[in-house]
Amino acid sequence: MSGLLEAVALGLLITLTLGLVRIWRGPTVADRMLAAQLFGTTGVALLLVLAELQRLPALRDVALVLALLAVMAVLAFVARVWRGDPDEESGGDGGPEIGDDEGFEDPR
Amino acid sequence: MILLDWIQGALLLAGLGFFLVGTLGLLRFPDVYTRVHALTKADNLGLGLVVFGLLIGADSVPVALKMLLIWGLALLASATAGYLVARAARRRGVRPWKARNWEND
Repeated sequence: MSGLLEAVALGLLITLTLGLVRIWRGPTVADRMLAAQLFGTTGVALLLVLAELQRLPALRDVALVLALLAVMAVLAFVARVWRGDPDEESGGDGGPEIGDDEGFEDPR
Repeated sequence: MILLDWIQGALLLAGLGFFLVGTLGLLRFPDVYTRVHALTKADNLGLGLVVFGLLIGADSVPVALKMLLIWGLALLASATAGYLVARAARRRGVRPWKARNWEND
């Protein structure tokens, strides 16, 4: 039973690591922020499993704060960084190679 | 107790499966809108299954309620965030993916 909890925690950690690939190659910054949202949800599950596994109830509070901060990051991104410029076509419809040469600073 | 352990294991493994599917969708889906779909549905269902699996072994009622509260917050948060990201993408003119692009990739 404890071994199962450890296996689930390890599996959640693996999915977190796989989510890093989308941050690496996501064509628009929105894809990278979605990976951050993935980190929020998966991180909450990982913290809850670890709180049960290691008998640390404080980790549940950490999970609560992490769930709140993940959505705050996405809200700040949408409200401040990715504001709409409808005349600027951002072409985020294609494969991961589109826009990779534009760098991170371009607020697409 | 044995039966409860089996139910807990099944719920936790099902939740882990949904997390794997959500990450796979984030990696394999072609544009922002479909990736929002993968994240906001599959991952939150996985989180709910993990929470219900952990509820079986919870120590007390407040701990169980706190975990349910965390799940509810995650549901509200990711629904809001998914809607806002999709709306911002729409306003910025990100075109939805069409099937004909599949041959170009």
